[in-house]
Amino acid sequence: MPESPQPDPTGPDELDAIQSVADDVAHQPSHPAPDPNDAHGSVYDGLLGGDPSHWAFGTDFEDPLAGVDTTIPDGVDAADLGTYCLMLADDALIASQRLSEWTSRAPDLEDDIALSNIALDLLGQARLLLARAAAADPSLVPALPEGSPVPPEDALAFFRSDREFRNVRLVELDNGDFAVTIVKLLLFSSARIAVFEQLVDSRDHVLSAVAAKGIKELTYHRDYAGRWFLTLARGTQESRRRIDAALVQVWPLQAEQFATHEVEARVAEAGVGVDPATVSDAVAVVLAQVFALSGVEQPTGAPMAAVQGRQGRDGMHTEALSRILGELQVVARAHPMGQW
Amino acid sequence: MTDTTTAQSGTDEGDLLAGFEATIARNDRIEPRDWMPEGYRKTLVRQVAQHAHSEIIGMQPEGNWIGRAPSLRRKAILLAKVQDEAGHGLYLYSACETLGVSRGQLTEMLIEGRQKYSSIFNYPTLSYADVGTIGWLVDGAAICNQVPLCRTSFGPYGRAMIRICKEESFHQRQGYELLMTMMRGTDEQRAMVQESVNRFWWPALMMFGPPDDESPNSAQSMAWGIKRNTNDDLRQRFVDMSVPQAEALGVTFPDPDLRWNEERQAHDFGQPDWDEFMQVVKGNGPCNTQRIAHRRAAHEDGAWVREAATAYAASSAAEVSA
Repeated sequence: MPESPQPDPTGPDELDAIQSVADDVAHQPSHPAPDPNDAHGSVYDGLLGGDPSHWAFGTDFEDPLAGVDTTIPDGVDAADLGTYCLMLADDALIASQRLSEWTSRAPDLEDDIALSNIALDLLGQARLLLARAAAADPSLVPALPEGSPVPPEDALAFFRSDREFRNVRLVELDNGDFAVTIVKLLLFSSARIAVFEQLVDSRDHVLSAVAAKGIKELTYHRDYAGRWFLTLARGTQESRRRIDAALVQVWPLQAEQFATHEVEARVAEAGVGVDPATVSDAVAVVLAQVFALSGVEQPTGAPMAAVQGRQGRDGMHTEALSRILGELQVVARAHPMGQW
Repeated sequence: MTDTTTAQSGTDEGDLLAGFEATIARNDRIEPRDWMPEGYRKTLVRQVAQHAHSEIIGMQPEGNWIGRAPSLRRKAILLAKVQDEAGHGLYLYSACETLGVSRGQLTEMLIEGRQKYSSIFNYPTLSYADVGTIGWLVDGAAICNQVPLCRTSFGPYGRAMIRICKEESFHQRQGYELLMTMMRGTDEQRAMVQESVNRFWWPALMMFGPPDDESPNSAQSMAWGIKRNTNDDLRQRFVDMSVPQAEALGVTFPDPDLRWNEERQAHDFGQPDWDEFMQVVKGNGPCNTQRIAHRRAAHEDGAWVREAATAYAASSAAEVSA
């Protein structure tokens, strides 16, 4: 009988394949893209290979900011720039934390994957912006024990208290049912994309690049939320009832996204940031189209009041934030000298 | 049905079976439109569905730590990994759908307890080190089981497994790298890693199934080319590959009988607690109830969303055709 061209199905080839996987585990670096010498990769990995006009640095560095032009543009207050980066970072970080609560719980596998994707995009934006905040104003970074290996962007995420967070209150809101999540995501991504469209022109190279990358991601987020908004509004009576209720619940938190904080006013004036009030009308036009297409009336609920004039950007939050942080920070805080 | 057709289909079936067996003997793939014996189809549905369910239920023990991941980088890695598992579930449910069973039916069978998933996921994840240990040992054991399945006789299953194995080996490296990093950290972190390995070592060995002499379905699955290696062969392979990895990591396995056997050129090792295994398989494990309740809640809470999508698609189609 001639030799079979097929290898023996239970022969050594498969076991060798298993062994090669085993060898890989012991000998290969864990991540394909970043420099294997850099155990933590770089927070800027995701930006590499994009529009070269946004970056002028190499790909081989250990310090996340090595090679990045982190010079603070003329006439910009470093503390303002750092605080502004925290605002944009915290919006993304808390929104991501909430969205990731859906993982393994979404209405269908496709949506489980989509919501995780969006959470990952926002987490990536948060990491870049926190690194930028720390570089712009190192005094923002919480003090950790001498010799702690925790990088500054992680120190900002895991070791600040709730009053030091600068996110708008919208992103803290409980996920509620899928309709509430979709309304939150629609309002959040519509506002953020409008801000990022202006932020591309920032005189700060890091913010400009973060915005350029973020626009692509946020376009998908808004599209996903918009499609589901339409589908739920025009699906069944039950889905319509739920989307209406979600809009009533979430809408009072919309206005805060466009309320100008004094730091936002100053960074806008300095040409590095965006005054959110300036994009309010453009966002309203986009949302009006979504509402009209969906046959949903423009919501009219009054904005949620501030506390002693203070809102999320001032560090005054809803009850939910400290619980969110309780979960987010618990392991990191138990191991301030830990390596992950 | 008339005598004629019965006789005719009987003859045809004999030819078809001969053709099927010849394909298996050549190590060729059986494709969805090919004729296959009912027993082969049923066995495949059972195995592929069980595999798909394992991916989906397997999202829970690691998903348990997404909200608490201790660095932004680890959070991204974990989120992406759990997302990959959802993707694996999707490919496998799709492979199963080519055999004439829908994802919805399979999900119903899972939450009603009529189909199983890997028992390993009925163990709890109690520290962040478990994320690394699951990557290293549980994904490692899964790879040992799955690499041979890339050449399984049913085409859609084999092709799904090729992609899944690539991603699983990436996950295994990530898990091992987390543990390596933690071992370079504080004493507390090193203790956390060892404690986690102690809890997962025996359940990982159980993932290869009962010993060969007690595995009722193995012989037929081997003959049909659905399964390619025996449980005990694969378990031995896994132990042999894991021991040097543990040494490199600086941890031990909780088995006093584990030692190199020069004569066999393999490790001798102790037996897992098969009574515990049977308890977990029967539904009495630490997390069986919780895992199914979680999946059931997601499925039932999402029903109104899926219904809305179906209704909207139908009304849009009606508008297009009108």
